[in-house]
Amino acid sequence: MTVKTRIIPCLDVANGRVVKGVNFVNLVDAGDPVEQAKAYDDAGADELCFLDISATSDGRGTLLDMVRRTAEVCFMPLTVGGGVRSDDDARALLLAGADKVAVNSAAVSRPELVGDIAQRFGSQCCVASVDARRSMKEDGTWTGKWEIFTHGGRKATGIDAVDHALNLTRLGAGELLVTSMDGDGTKAGYDLELIRTISDQVNIPVVASGGVGNLDHLVDGVIKGHASAVLAASIFHFGEYSIAEAKAALRKAGISARS
Amino acid sequence: MMIALIDYGAGNLHSVRSALVKAGADNVHITSNVDDVARADKIVLPGVGAFGACASALRALDGMEDALNQRVLHGGVPFLGICVGMQLLADEGLEFGGAKGLGWIEGKVRELDGDARGVKVPHMGWNDVILSTQNGLIQSGEAYFLHSFHFDAENPAHIIATTDHGGPLVAAVGRDNILGVQFHPEKSQHYGIEFLSRFLEWTA
Repeated sequence: MTVKTRIIPCLDVANGRVVKGVNFVNLVDAGDPVEQAKAYDDAGADELCFLDISATSDGRGTLLDMVRRTAEVCFMPLTVGGGVRSDDDARALLLAGADKVAVNSAAVSRPELVGDIAQRFGSQCCVASVDARRSMKEDGTWTGKWEIFTHGGRKATGIDAVDHALNLTRLGAGELLVTSMDGDGTKAGYDLELIRTISDQVNIPVVASGGVGNLDHLVDGVIKGHASAVLAASIFHFGEYSIAEAKAALRKAGISARS
Repeated sequence: MMIALIDYGAGNLHSVRSALVKAGADNVHITSNVDDVARADKIVLPGVGAFGACASALRALDGMEDALNQRVLHGGVPFLGICVGMQLLADEGLEFGGAKGLGWIEGKVRELDGDARGVKVPHMGWNDVILSTQNGLIQSGEAYFLHSFHFDAENPAHIIATTDHGGPLVAAVGRDNILGVQFHPEKSQHYGIEFLSRFLEWTA
């Protein structure tokens, strides 16, 4: 027996508002992250993830306030990512009520940031993001490798994604959030080879992300991708599937999910 | 009823306070002041991160360890330790060369060996709370865990509940008026809030 597979809805937020709307009924304000977080808490989501995609730095105060208000009414673990550039940024989020902080672009140029956060606050609260795309040859076929991209998948870095994941793990990350930027938003499913390649080589939990279009994709992420948790956005937001249905699908496939 | 929620710079204090309020507490005092501990009706010690750092941060509060010993060990005030706050009940934490705990529950805090257990570490997520003994406060159910070290209790009579992550792990310890939980009640939705409600009613 072991810990249960987690189902994690993810909300993209900018300047304190949810960017991709959620189609829950009974929401007074569908753009309010706190209300949406509460709806997921009531629905029995295992964790919640906020990714702040604010382009401006003056969104930070708004983000902290949002995290604070969410932590007051939601009794579930909360991961917050986006724009974390220093261990002080991480501290501000943790003090506001985040349980885990996800580090993205800043850890590409300066992987030691992960070590700084892990040493100061413990590995358990440090989530390292791995945003990758498949590297293609000139003839359009896949090289068998993945490359780290930043800026929402637009900017190539030349860094091998698996090497980067192993490096961040070595530096003290407590969890990896592995997103296929090829799959993100396509609804074609996770990049299972990417998730599995990383998951099989690290001893920390891996969260599969990017590309979920149906419940079978969640199951595949665990069984074929060897992920410890599955993250999805739009399938939950737009009411296509409920958290309860996702749990039932995992259980039907023989995966241990929370009741 | 005044609850002292001890602030030693190492806890997710606001989440714990919100959960206690949700569970029905009307007077939760976040404090690092020994006078508050001395007059508290119940004491809660949270904790996140490393054992050694938490132990030294707690000891950095002048007179706090004495005040806790006085009120909890001798005064019989109901006490709850959460996560590292629970691990601090042990004699010793074996992380990075070792640090002394409060020594209220015999045992040591050891690193989770993921390779030997065949599991991922940290133990992160929801897991079963399995009762080792009937206890009015802890009930079986599912709770949220987030830790890389675990409480290795010496006396089986102190183990109230376990969970399983590649083998058993202590989920709750206690004796008399002292209770510690490895999981995070403040992050365990209904299960956690109901547990905290029972703690609020507990008269030890």
